[in-house]
Amino acid sequence: MPAAELTDLADLGLDDGGHLLVARALARIAPGERVTVSGRHPALRVHLAAWCREHGHRLADADEQADAGAQAGAGAHALVVVKGSAGDRRWLGAVRAGDAGGAPEERAEQTWGLAARGALVEAGGPPIGAPWSQREHVWADIAPRLYAAAAASQWDPATAVDWAAPLGAVPEEVEHAVVQIMTYLVENEQAALIIPARLLSQLHPHYREVMQLLATQAADEARHVEVFTRRALLSGGPLGTSSAGGRASLQTLLAEPDFTTASFLLSVLGEGTFVDLLRFIHDHAPDQVTADVTRLAVRDEARHVAFGVAHTAHLAASDRSYLGTLRTSVERRHATLLDTAGLNAEVFDSLVLLAAGSWSPEAIRRGWQQVRDLQERMDEGRRRRLAYIGFPDDEAAELSALHTRNFM
Amino acid sequence: MAVLLGAVAYDSKVVTIWDGFRAWLRSSGLDFDYVLYSNYERQVRDLVDGRIDVAWNSPLAWVRARRLAAFRGVSLTPVTMRDTDCDLSSVIVVRSDSPITSVRDLAGRVVATGAVDSPQATLLPLSLLRSAGLVPGADVAVRRFDVGVGLHGDHVGGERDAARALFAAGAADRVDAACMIDSNLLLFGREGVLPAGSVRVLAQTPVYDHCTMTAGPSAAASAADSDGKAASAAAGDNSDISRFAALLRGMDYADADLRPLLDLEGLKEWRPPRLSGYEQLERAVDEAGFYDENGEITAAGYRP
Repeated sequence: MPAAELTDLADLGLDDGGHLLVARALARIAPGERVTVSGRHPALRVHLAAWCREHGHRLADADEQADAGAQAGAGAHALVVVKGSAGDRRWLGAVRAGDAGGAPEERAEQTWGLAARGALVEAGGPPIGAPWSQREHVWADIAPRLYAAAAASQWDPATAVDWAAPLGAVPEEVEHAVVQIMTYLVENEQAALIIPARLLSQLHPHYREVMQLLATQAADEARHVEVFTRRALLSGGPLGTSSAGGRASLQTLLAEPDFTTASFLLSVLGEGTFVDLLRFIHDHAPDQVTADVTRLAVRDEARHVAFGVAHTAHLAASDRSYLGTLRTSVERRHATLLDTAGLNAEVFDSLVLLAAGSWSPEAIRRGWQQVRDLQERMDEGRRRRLAYIGFPDDEAAELSALHTRNFM
Repeated sequence: MAVLLGAVAYDSKVVTIWDGFRAWLRSSGLDFDYVLYSNYERQVRDLVDGRIDVAWNSPLAWVRARRLAAFRGVSLTPVTMRDTDCDLSSVIVVRSDSPITSVRDLAGRVVATGAVDSPQATLLPLSLLRSAGLVPGADVAVRRFDVGVGLHGDHVGGERDAARALFAAGAADRVDAACMIDSNLLLFGREGVLPAGSVRVLAQTPVYDHCTMTAGPSAAASAADSDGKAASAAAGDNSDISRFAALLRGMDYADADLRPLLDLEGLKEWRPPRLSGYEQLERAVDEAGFYDENGEITAAGYRP
């Protein structure tokens, strides 16, 4: 049988990359067909025999080799390789892991494992064991755009904040109030970092935009932890307090097993409320650093809220009964926290003092009222987001009222 | 009746391979188990003594088993071999710039080999020297690299050390030629032990066959027990061994569960056995006095 292809390796050896040329020629033919490999490397015959054996091909029988060899020039080999079927058989059960350019699949197969979306996946290998592998449980159409925005908005804590700016000329207790609030923010941001990181570890990577978004979310929170810590330490004193009730409230978020309810409680209700809180601190910031760190954090948190709202709304729109699950998650958290103090009283008092700016009774009255206004804005915001997701107004109001006193 | 296989644990992957094959064979309805040996000599004895039904034998283990069985008047039956066991060859290589251009030029020189019991890197290449009229140890100094003695050369370490000795820094450590199987010449080239262009193939053995799955006399006896027929029934007639052979040969490289195991074991398919490729090794064993004609170990200082 005549060889269909001729591949000349010149003086290239199979120990020096020559197998790539042979494999390329073999890829173009069917099992059972032949390629003539010519070359001047002295060990070509030895190498080629060993390589063929290892890869399921074979050198043709002696007669056929003799015919080919006769056509090779002086000092050259010409060897006929018969293609085996193993290479093709390896890919018999292979499937595409969805479409790289299109939307992710409704269901991501565990057997796709860590393969890139759209890759041709060889059958076999360990299943990834990702609990979140259905689109409706993790997806939002806005995720790719939010990820792009997040990637474009990453900021450097070292340069985005003017750490050399002087602290405000405020009473010492107001500075203490700022330190207490920062201490509380760090605690909350740490919870907000761990939750997306946990969800990330359970998410099927087929939903890569959600994976990327959660990764940027965790990175955002890492920066927030840094800048709030740094601001707290700026005046040289010790950090403030951490209340048992506050920590209990946050820890209920860590225990939430479901992707969507975790995202709902953290982002829609918690971080949404936090956006109002950070704006409040920003508006009453006694110094540039406090204003800068809260401004930067608000921008990030707004993206987290946008994904939480979009994802939850996406799921609720496809399955109205899911609103019941969300409602239950709020009620369950409320019941768990019923016997705890909720917000650290010192945090609440610090917010009043921050808004007041001084200890004069009139200033305190004003500060108190401003914190009450803040709580109302927080409640309105939650009701608005709950209504967007699909809750009737009365139910939205009821659920917003059940939200933790700890804000997050 | 079950099939009990013996295999030599030349590498920890042997456990993965046979655990995997065992699960697959059992799921295919064959009552199968395996035991591991630290060396081929004990495995061969146990095969011929009937303690195991089938042995995954090196070519040298096949030669010894055949001699032992013939001496005792019991039968052995080759069952299957890998596609990669067919038509191998060994080579003797020298440095590219070496003045040595023929096997005869090795007279008075130092040749590095693998372990004492390596068919491919010791016994067969030394036989090649003899066929050129050189007596190893007398006309040619042999520097043996005894890594994994008892594993019949399955451990690549001895061959790699022999290859490295071609380029040893100290003149006293440097050898003039090194012996290895063809696939390791390619491997050592690709992993940089023998950089491209650094060596020249001086001589090559004719092709030979490598490992063979061998059924022992216990399989035939068990067949007799269960069938009530004469104990002389050939193992090849034994239904479980036949089924074992058929299942192995039916292993499909397209099967995603089997493919990683086949890759580890280094084959694409199991083939019908053939015994045509062992004459060279039989001759090499006799020349070296490695085993006697009854299969007893006669190699000096060989203690697996």
